[in-house]
Amino acid sequence: MMAGALAGLAALGLAACNGDAGETGNGNGASAGNGDGLVRFNPDPYPSTYTPFPSEVVLIQGATVFDGIGGEFENYDVLMQDGRIASIGEGLEAPEGATIIDGRGRYVTPGVIDIHSHLGVYPSPGVSAHNDGNEITSPVTAEVWAEHGVWPQDPGFDAALAGGVTTLHVLPGSANLFGGRGVTLRNVPSRTVQGMKFPDAPYTLKMACGENPKRVYGGQGRAPGSRMGNMAGYREAWQRAVEYRRSWQRYWDAGDADATPPTRNLELDTLMGVLEGEILIQMHCYRADEMALVLDMAREFDYRITTFHHAVEAYKIGDLLAEDDVCAAVWADWGGFKMEAYDSINENLALVHAAGACAMIHSDDQLGIQRLNQEVAKALAAGRRLGIEVTDGEAVAWFTSNPARGLGIFDETGSLEAGKRADVVLWSAHPFSSYAVADHVYIDGALMFDRDDPERRTVRDFTLGQPGEGVL
Amino acid sequence: MLKSMISAAALAAISLGTASAQTIAVTNGRVVTNSDAGIVESGSVLIQDGFIVAAGANIAIPAGVDTIDANGGWITPGIFHPHTQLGLIEVGLESTTSDVSAPGASFTAAIDVADGFNPSGGHIPDSRRRGITRFAVFPSTARGVIGGRGALANSSGRPDSLFDDRTFLYIDLSQSGAQTAGGSRNAAWAYLRAAFEDARFYPGRFMSHHEGDAINRFDAASLVSAVRGEIPIALQVERASDIRRALRFAQQHPSARFILVGAAESWMVADEIAAAGIPVIIDPLRNLPASFDVLAARLDAPARLHAAGVQTAYTTISADLYFNPRLITQHAGNAVANGASWEDAFRAITLTPAEIHGVGERYGALAEGYAGDVVVWDGDPLEVMSAPVAVIIDGENQSLVSRQSRLAERYAEQVPNGHYGYRH
Repeated sequence: MMAGALAGLAALGLAACNGDAGETGNGNGASAGNGDGLVRFNPDPYPSTYTPFPSEVVLIQGATVFDGIGGEFENYDVLMQDGRIASIGEGLEAPEGATIIDGRGRYVTPGVIDIHSHLGVYPSPGVSAHNDGNEITSPVTAEVWAEHGVWPQDPGFDAALAGGVTTLHVLPGSANLFGGRGVTLRNVPSRTVQGMKFPDAPYTLKMACGENPKRVYGGQGRAPGSRMGNMAGYREAWQRAVEYRRSWQRYWDAGDADATPPTRNLELDTLMGVLEGEILIQMHCYRADEMALVLDMAREFDYRITTFHHAVEAYKIGDLLAEDDVCAAVWADWGGFKMEAYDSINENLALVHAAGACAMIHSDDQLGIQRLNQEVAKALAAGRRLGIEVTDGEAVAWFTSNPARGLGIFDETGSLEAGKRADVVLWSAHPFSSYAVADHVYIDGALMFDRDDPERRTVRDFTLGQPGEGVL
Repeated sequence: MLKSMISAAALAAISLGTASAQTIAVTNGRVVTNSDAGIVESGSVLIQDGFIVAAGANIAIPAGVDTIDANGGWITPGIFHPHTQLGLIEVGLESTTSDVSAPGASFTAAIDVADGFNPSGGHIPDSRRRGITRFAVFPSTARGVIGGRGALANSSGRPDSLFDDRTFLYIDLSQSGAQTAGGSRNAAWAYLRAAFEDARFYPGRFMSHHEGDAINRFDAASLVSAVRGEIPIALQVERASDIRRALRFAQQHPSARFILVGAAESWMVADEIAAAGIPVIIDPLRNLPASFDVLAARLDAPARLHAAGVQTAYTTISADLYFNPRLITQHAGNAVANGASWEDAFRAITLTPAEIHGVGERYGALAEGYAGDVVVWDGDPLEVMSAPVAVIIDGENQSLVSRQSRLAERYAEQVPNGHYGYRH
């Protein structure tokens, strides 16, 4: 039955074509394509249908430009063409027909990227019917995908756009040890979530440390009820994934079309994808000691952690994070709401950066996502007061290129480099000012938000005809 | 100079006396007075015996007084946060560390936050270091719509920092209030009307039988002061229709006084609120239809309220009321980014909250006779990158050290692969 259904998928031509996938035991099941009659799985059954909105040739002239990878340039120009960054530099020539924007006195950064959002899965209004971010029915639900819960009509997307957010990563919540897959979205209006999916962005897997899983399940008298139980739960699942992967590997290696394939398991598909290095771990962990244990666990089962999220105590282990090349995604000043957030300090981001580890800001919040530039400013100012020298340009990376790296999409976005997607924010003032607002937000070179043009603003279906229609 | 003064202040704090009999001059800064003097580009503030004796340009500074040189920075009144739970909660999810509400308690109006307030609350020093010198302490509701009575405190951490108690009564008639009333707004209003009647006819009503219609004798005795208007009712409402209902209730009870808290949709009824002379405490950052209570929340709501002449103060309800009241300056800065004037926004976190809480003649301005609550900033206080370099409360220079600043300093010098991670 299962094999038949899968064969049906392949027959419909839905399987992605990746010829050598079979040899590498590709992720959650390899694709067809080599005609050997072996059962393989489509790793991308809900593919991105995103297409950029219409764009023009745009030249922003005479602005202060942060390139997102450390640079700050005064009186600089940014040229966008065919949806890509054509060049940045001094006194660029305007191609014929270019729209010219006066950037004097204003600032340009790459589009803001939030690596930790629940927009769409915990949308506005936050009524019980909209609780689609946590599959709180079992501590291991690696089989659920955030994209299957995203409501593209969440008005929060528009508010985030007004705050300069061009790309966001939507994660399942943290009730479970393995919460499920995250999805990286372009912040564009769409009827379908597929229409928002960032083309070819890697899948991610949300895992959660600490108090949330043990509270949720311990409160029901089930495992995990303690941090010990959390670790046991992860390890048990990883061991199953190792064995699952081995059985598929053996089946594919044997190359016997008559052999019975292993039984497919959607939960273990995702974990196998992590072991193959194709699905990136986004790990919710607050405490330094827990992060260190999780780093050991990654060594035990031979996988990589991309980023620790909510890493409130990352500043205590900046050296360990740098050594293992693991990023920390942190808040500027959230804390106090539970014991594992008790040691929250404003200097966290700057301290982790100073230790040589990759650090970034994140929101986890539908209001915070609207001003990640200000969140970075607070963290930067606190760090400087402690004597940590960080340039404004380096700090801009905390809301642009570093989250792009954490999501595996830095080749495409996160910096203003020729050839990259033209994801650009034109700010009214220095982005580290309370008073700065986004004047223009471009996604793939298309002007998606213009503060002076309410007509361009998206009104999501939910707010249509409501008292709040069209307001942000 | 500054250093010697800090140790003097530390000694004074140990002596636990009232404001020390010393003179402090804060000089050489941009002075925001919140008085007719306006903003003085280069001026000073002189504090004597805990009170401001002069503020502005060309102030004569007596020889030999302790002086804080603002170094061209900003000199302002201390921030007054009108709506916090500082000193009541340490860790939100650990109920044993919280005294904001009591789901199992039998009392409502009789509850008094002064009984649970801890002047040494863990999050007060970090609020102080961000320039908050005064704040209101609010209970939450748990059962019935009446949360209890709130108080006013300073952030010095001194045992006597709660300087006024039972100063307002907190009532919730938003959707959360409806839930505590049994499940509907209709029930919430019925409960409130009955409780008001119980209090109005206290003690007579309780002579023949022990209980009132809604509340017991002890709660009624406490509710009386609010019903008579001796203390205001801080009424949490969000939806425009609920605000209109509240305005009508206020009209029907002319002796009672009201403050609207939350009030996300208040901009829609701003003119009516202004006409009723009722103040509003609103969070400038709420702009999403986060619930059906706040469908019309918008970032320029504060600007619209100011324009309509509503007495408006800001809060941090979106950030929280116990760990992040310290973000109130950022909230005010964002009100400016969305159309409020700087002066209105700054007043909304200093003098206006003091006025709303009935102490506007003592706090919130730099003028003769006001308490010596002064903050020196390294820049515009509404800018997220600015911070205080000195905080003075009742004429005493305060410590800018908090548990958080100690942690940051501890880990500022990482020792790779050391036992501790910091230099020990």
